[in-house]
Order: sequence, then structure tokens, then C-alpha cells
Amino acid sequence: MANHTEEHQHHITPFTVYNKVFWALIALTLLTVYTAKFIHLGALAAPVAVLIATTKAMLVMAYFMHLKYESNLNRIIFGTGFFFLALLYIICAIDVGTRILEKSTL
Amino acid sequence: MSTDKAHSGKHHFAHHFKSALHEFETAKQGIWLFMVTEILMFGGLFVGYFIYHSKYPEMFTEGASYLDYKMGFINTLVLIFSSFTMALGIYFLQKGQQKKAIMALATTILCGAIFMVVKYFEYSHKFHLGLLPGKFFAGEAVNANLPLYFGFYYCMTGLHGTHVLIGMGLITWVMIRTMKGEFGPEYYTPVEGVGIFWHIVDLIWIYLFPLLYLIG
Repeated sequence: MANHTEEHQHHITPFTVYNKVFWALIALTLLTVYTAKFIHLGALAAPVAVLIATTKAMLVMAYFMHLKYESNLNRIIFGTGFFFLALLYIICAIDVGTRILEKSTL
Repeated sequence: MSTDKAHSGKHHFAHHFKSALHEFETAKQGIWLFMVTEILMFGGLFVGYFIYHSKYPEMFTEGASYLDYKMGFINTLVLIFSSFTMALGIYFLQKGQQKKAIMALATTILCGAIFMVVKYFEYSHKFHLGLLPGKFFAGEAVNANLPLYFGFYYCMTGLHGTHVLIGMGLITWVMIRTMKGEFGPEYYTPVEGVGIFWHIVDLIWIYLFPLLYLIG
């Protein structure tokens, strides 16, 4: 029952990687605030902010959450969450966006 | 489940697994499935926010004007740092450095506490102005449906804050178990699971901050 030949396939992320990712996240946070508050992007402000947020999210997921070194299955499982969320948003947006205001004829 | 609590080096994995690694990977997969539900739960609120934002852009701008981005910015830095220390907590356990692991986990809890303190100041300021959600709204409003904005605000940040508190509790639990010597390079599965949960909390905030505080 007890496994005497422990296979330590646990990938240990080096401290330097964690450190670099941390400072990258800090830099991206500063960039987010700068592009949103200190320069005028107009209609581009929202997409830029979401893009930077997604970059930060990918760094957290890949390195802090270890997804880069995980099996494909775990990546797929986590990815389905975002896929169905996108589906939820798209279908709702189409629903709301194609509504026609009708005044009752009664 | 480990019934052998005192010796982290002699973790006996459950018999239906091929190896301790198999047990670890299985536990992790379960946590990832749970995280999918978390994404969908918060995501639903985000979808609602996006849809109503597109319907009432001026009202959302008015609501967002009550949010202080500097406080949100501080909270973002705090949570990113806490994700760093959480990852380090697991790193030190993998290296068998118990004391450093405990320090890292304790720092993570402290960051969570700082986050909640900042949140407290944000909320109390809004309560003072009568900016309450939905039918409890008692503040001044140019747009008549401003209470809807605060419905979203308190639901999204409140649910997130609740997760921060739950995370703090979970990290405290694994920290105490680490202090008792239950975790080490051979077995640290609960810490890994709690770590993934905490990173999700950070992940949600990474989207909440620009959405609520910057874009408005």
C-alpha cells in the first residue's frame, strides 16, 4: 500500500520565476492605471484595460497557479469555465441587443 | 485523506490510487473543477454588469464616480503580493523549509486582512453617503436607477470580499497544520488546493479593479 518508490514529478517552480512574474504583475498594474487615468484613450480605454487584465490573469494562471506545468486536461477543464462564460455573455448580449421596443396596441 | 498526521514524510495515500502522485493529481483536478464553478459564478455577475452598463452608460459613469481608484489600486497591489507569498508558501514546503512556509502563509493572511480593512473604509464611506444597493439607496442621484449600479457594486465586491475572508480562514487552517508538521515535500496537497483558491480570488480582483474602478 505504501509506495516505497516515490516519484517526485512535482515540478518546483524556481523562486526567480515567481519573482519575475510578481514584478511583471506590478508593472502591468501600474500600466493599467496609467492608461486608464493619465492618458486619454476614449473608446479604446475599455478594451486596453481588459487586454492588460487578461495578460495579468494569464501570468497568474500560468505561473502562480502552475497551469503551464500542469497536464493538458487541467488546462482544458479550467478553459471550459471561460468558454461557457463567453457563451453566456455572447448569447445574452445578442438577446438584449436585438430587442425591439414595442408599444402595446391594446 | 491522510490519517498519518505527524509524519509528513510518511504520507500514506488512499489505497485506490496508484501512487501518492496519482492522489495528488486527482485532488488537484477536483480543485480545478471547483474553480470552474467559481469562474462561472463571478462571471455571471460580470455578464450582468456588462449588459446593464451597455444599457445605461451615464448611470454607470455616475456610480463609478463614487469609487476611489487609488484605494482599488492599493488593494490590487496587496492581492498580487499575497498571491506571490501564497505561491512561496507552497514553494518552501516543496523545499522542506517549514519555517519560511509558515512566514509566507502568515504574510498572505495579513495581506488579506489589509485588503478587508481598505474595503471597510470604502464601504463605510459609501454608507455615510447613503449609497446603498437597490431599495436601500438613500443618496443623491442624477440618474433615477443609480441604485442598480450599487446593487452590482456590493454584490460583486461583497462576494469577492467574502471569498477573501474564506480564503484567510483556509490559509489559517493549512498554516496551523504546517506548524504541526503535517506538510512537507512528500505531502502538501491541502496547501496546494487552498493556494489555487487564493489565486482565483486574486484573479477575480484583477478583473474587478479595472472594470469597476478604472473603466467605470
